Amino acid sequence: MLFRIIAAGVLLVVLNLVPVTGWARAVLFALPYLIIGYDILLKAAKGIAKGQLLDENFLMAVASLGAFAIAVADGKGDFNEAVAVMLFYQTGELFESVAVGKSRKSISALMDIRPDSASIIREDGSVEQVDPDEVPAGSLIQVDPGEKIPIDGHIEEGSGTLDTSALTGESLPREVFPGDEVISGSINLSGRLKVRTSREFGESTVSKILDLVENSSSRKSRSENFITGFARVYTPVVCSLALALAVLPPVISLIAGNAPMWGDWIYRALTFLVISCPCALVVSIPLGFFAGLGGASREGILIKGSNFLEALSKVDTVVFDKTGTLTKGSFEVAGIHHCPIDEKLLIELAAHAESPSSHPISKSIQRAYGYSIEQGRIRDVQEIPGQGICAVVDGKSIAAGNERLMAARGIAFHSCHSTGTIVHIGIDGEYAGHIVISDRVKDTSAAAVKGLKANGIRKTVMLTGDADKVGRAVAKELAIDEVYTELLPAGKVEKAEQLLSHQEKGHTLAFVGDGINDAPVLSRADIGIAMGGLGSDAAIEAADIVIMDDDPAKIPLAVRIARKCMGIVYTNIAFAIGVKVICMVLGALGIANMWLAVFADVGVLILCILNAIRALFVSKGNK
Amino acid sequence: MKKTYNIDVDCANCANKMETAANKVAGVRGCTVNFMTLKMNVEFEEGADPKTVMPEVLKACKKVESDCDISF
Repeated sequence: MLFRIIAAGVLLVVLNLVPVTGWARAVLFALPYLIIGYDILLKAAKGIAKGQLLDENFLMAVASLGAFAIAVADGKGDFNEAVAVMLFYQTGELFESVAVGKSRKSISALMDIRPDSASIIREDGSVEQVDPDEVPAGSLIQVDPGEKIPIDGHIEEGSGTLDTSALTGESLPREVFPGDEVISGSINLSGRLKVRTSREFGESTVSKILDLVENSSSRKSRSENFITGFARVYTPVVCSLALALAVLPPVISLIAGNAPMWGDWIYRALTFLVISCPCALVVSIPLGFFAGLGGASREGILIKGSNFLEALSKVDTVVFDKTGTLTKGSFEVAGIHHCPIDEKLLIELAAHAESPSSHPISKSIQRAYGYSIEQGRIRDVQEIPGQGICAVVDGKSIAAGNERLMAARGIAFHSCHSTGTIVHIGIDGEYAGHIVISDRVKDTSAAAVKGLKANGIRKTVMLTGDADKVGRAVAKELAIDEVYTELLPAGKVEKAEQLLSHQEKGHTLAFVGDGINDAPVLSRADIGIAMGGLGSDAAIEAADIVIMDDDPAKIPLAVRIARKCMGIVYTNIAFAIGVKVICMVLGALGIANMWLAVFADVGVLILCILNAIRALFVSKGNK
Repeated sequence: MKKTYNIDVDCANCANKMETAANKVAGVRGCTVNFMTLKMNVEFEEGADPKTVMPEVLKACKKVESDCDISF
């Protein structure tokens, strides 16, 4: 292609120096014209044959052939314009494909997490390279330094450091030891690891992420749909306008008794056609969104579609879940109060009773117990949402939960003054004291809330199922505007709906949660943002945006990326349409010639592409 | 049923045209084309066989954009 452009360009310059006139000149100039434009002419012809009129090939073919014909007809022999139209159009196309190729490459390199093979260790100890798809869950695989971990699992043998930057954007390598969970897509930097797979490849994190990224264009933004719809009416309209421009004025002046000036008006109509080509819009808008999504994913922010990018740019209320989102969610037992029996025994009983639950609170009690749970000692487990757990351990009926559970069971309890989550324990209907569990606020939470405010977020809200005292303390520490505490999962949905109904038009509400039990709220909010989504399937399913690491500071960053991307898209729309309309008017009045027309088409296209690519780059630091 | 195919097409507008064309093929419930990743996601109607539908999709796409290709 580049060769054709150069060849046609050189030929054009040379031919201008050759003093040939008349038909011979036309034939000579046809040479560079065909070199550069034969495929366009061919495509246009094919299009006409198949009834696909009015695409850009057709526009270009008609405009350049027309210019050629006028040059032949008026006898002055200025064929430069006809060739130049094709030449510049092709240059623009080349530029477009290079730009698209480049950004496609830079983004696919970012998302280059698909493992090519897995080394499975057979029972006899031999190692075999197989397709990741063929590894059943529970197999033992070997990962050498420099290789990607192909499938989610746990380390069985060996330790090393993992580069998770492709997944989370976190550049610091993570050290892993036997027993640790490893996520597919991370790169093993040092040490041979033997990993026991916990899922199949199709269910692994890497497949889920690739699927999410590859399908991200299936949800198109309103701006994108606008452009598609726009192009559909636009081309026929400008073609009819051009036709009218070519025919009506000469006919009118004929009727009026003046010279019709056919050549002049046809030239103007052709100029009009060249200007009107909608390439700049149809190329740069999707490219802008793609670059925005790509830039975000490089930061570990996966956005499921450009519609969510658009919605995120209009966000003015951000609702947070507390546990696991603003706080670390890794609870620690901070104290045991009012316990009439041995504290160790209390923890042991509580750990067993809570063991079937995956709630962070029960995990922390199990950690405090420190020994493995004997499943045989537990029976009749009953989880009561928003209250706690009842179970029979060692024949004793254990109730572990909040004050509401105690009240429901008719157990008299002591309220606690400490800040933290309180788990009251009842044994056989008698109060056995309470365990104080405290959670720590994430280091970046306060900065994230501040960053959101700096980016013009009007209101921040925190919803939590936790005790009022704890919730308010955290909200105060982080300077969150509103806080609603002691909510059951259903209550969170209700609150979110209430907040949604108070939203002003044109502004959106985002809900940020860790996805463990927030799925209904995530899907109800305008934008559901799941944090630490790795490994939590429900979160990836329900959320619109997945933040791959646990860092709340990514939320203001995501908002900034969205705003920047939308800004670029709107600039491109306004710029392209603006320049085109002005040039079209100038062309119709006969002020603009073919050269300006070529700029209005190709020049605008190139500028819009360059502008769109800006969306790929994310400025660091909090504005 | 949903399936993803690799496609080859060289302009964003052509990809849009393919999408519109593919959506009109019998047996296709919905189709989206991602120009940037060069992927086509096709959701088939109940009981439609991708093996018989996809050649029709390709035919429809070829009609609007002769330079395109779908690997299936």
